[in-house]
Amino acid sequence: MQNVKMVITGPFSAGKTQFIQSVSEIEVVSTERKLTHARERAVKETTTIAMDFGRITVDDNLVLYLFGTPGQKRFEFMWEILSEGMLGFVVMVDATRPETFREARSILETFRAYAPTPYVVAANKQDIKDAWEIDDMRHALRLDGGTKILPCIATDKKHVKTVLLELLYSILDEMGANK
Amino acid sequence: MALRGNLRDFTVTQLLNLINLAQKTGTLILDGPADQAYVAFRNGKLAHARIGNEDGGLATILHQANKLNPNQYRALSARLGTMSDKELGLLLINAGYVSQEDILFDLQAHFTNILRRLLTWVEGLFRFEPDMPPPEDRINVKLDLENLIIEGSRQLRELEELQDEIPSLDLALKFTDRPMTNLNLSVQEWRVVRYIDPKNSMKRIAAAARLNEMEMRRIVYGLVQAGLVQLIRPAGAEIPLNPRMFPTQNREEQRGLINRLIGRIQKL
Repeated sequence: MQNVKMVITGPFSAGKTQFIQSVSEIEVVSTERKLTHARERAVKETTTIAMDFGRITVDDNLVLYLFGTPGQKRFEFMWEILSEGMLGFVVMVDATRPETFREARSILETFRAYAPTPYVVAANKQDIKDAWEIDDMRHALRLDGGTKILPCIATDKKHVKTVLLELLYSILDEMGANK
Repeated sequence: MALRGNLRDFTVTQLLNLINLAQKTGTLILDGPADQAYVAFRNGKLAHARIGNEDGGLATILHQANKLNPNQYRALSARLGTMSDKELGLLLINAGYVSQEDILFDLQAHFTNILRRLLTWVEGLFRFEPDMPPPEDRINVKLDLENLIIEGSRQLRELEELQDEIPSLDLALKFTDRPMTNLNLSVQEWRVVRYIDPKNSMKRIAAAARLNEMEMRRIVYGLVQAGLVQLIRPAGAEIPLNPRMFPTQNREEQRGLINRLIGRIQKL
C-alpha cells in the first residue's frame, strides 16, 4: 500500500478541520481541546492541538492522507514534523478576518522555508457577507501572480475538491518544470 | 558559574538587565558574526564600549561630533603618540577647545550608539569577564542602563514581529513590475537593492552588505511593503521536489500517482 499526504495549514479558526471533514471518508481523527484563552474562546470553543487527520482511499494501492495543523503560533514546533514528506500544502485563510492575514503570510513563508513543495491559498468563508474579494486578498497576502488563491467554503465538498485538484495540478506543473 | 553563552538564548538586552540588576563590574565581550565588541561596566553602569577595530579614541569621537575641525584633528592625530585619552582630554580642556561637559556628553553619545548597534546582534557568543575592569587609559563614563534596556526591549518586540513577517532569510528577492522612480532610499537600502537578484538569498545579501539579521529584515520588510520586491526561492538553487513526497522514485509512476489522485478527487 502506498501512502501520500497533503497538509492543510493556516491561522487559528481558518476552517482547516472543517475542510478535511468535508472530504475525508473516515470521521476526522481530531485532537481538539477546549480553548483556555478567553480571547480565542470568543472565536470558537475548541481548537486543534496536534493535528487533524483525514483519509481518502484512491484505490487498492494508494491512500491520500490529509493532515491539518494547529493554527496557533505556540504549536509551531508541530509544523515542521507535519510538513515532512508532504506532496503539497493548502494555506486556509478566513476571508472575513483580515486581522489574521498577517499571520497567514507568516505561516505560508514558514512552510515555504520548510519544504519547497507546491501550495495553494484557500480564501475560506466566501459564503459570509463580510468576506474579502479574492483580488484584495491577493494584495493583502502579497501573493504574486503565479500563486493560486481560490475562493472556498470549507463546508462545501465541491469547493474543497476544487482546492485539492488545483493543488494537484500545481504539483503536475512543477513536475513538468523539474523534468 | 561563568557568565557565558549564545546570543540566541540570551539577548543583549537581557544581559544588560542582568548586569544592571547585579551591579556588576567587568567587561562583556560579544563575538558577533563579523566583529567583536567590548563593553565595560562599573557597578552596573556603562563605562566604556568599543566594536572591533573601530577607532574609539577621544580625538576621533570629538572630530565625529564636530568639536574638532579636520585641521585640528589631523594635527592632533600626528602628535598624539603615546598620549592617553585622559591626557588628551586635559590638554584640550586647558587649551579651551572643549569643556569637560562636552567630552562626557560626546563619549556618552558614542557609547550609547555602540550599545544601540549591539542590541541588534542576535547571533554570536558572549562572555562576561569580571577580572577585566574598564580600560584605565580611556575616559570612562557612568551611564545608567535603564533607558537602553527599555529601548532594547522595544527592538526585541520589533524583531519578533519582523521574524513573523519574514521567517527565513534563505529566500531570495525579486523586483516586482512596478517602476522604481522617485525613490528615496537610505544608504543601507541601496546596499541591499544593488544585490537583489533571484540567485542571491537574503542571507547572502546581508553578508555582502554587512547587515545583521534584524537590519536585513527591516529593510526587506520596507521594500516588500512598498511593493518594490517580492520573496522567491533562490533561482540558482532551484530545489527539486522532495523525493520523499512520493512512495516511488520513478517519474512516470509519480505522474501516474498524481493523475490517480486527480481522478479520485474528481469523483468524490
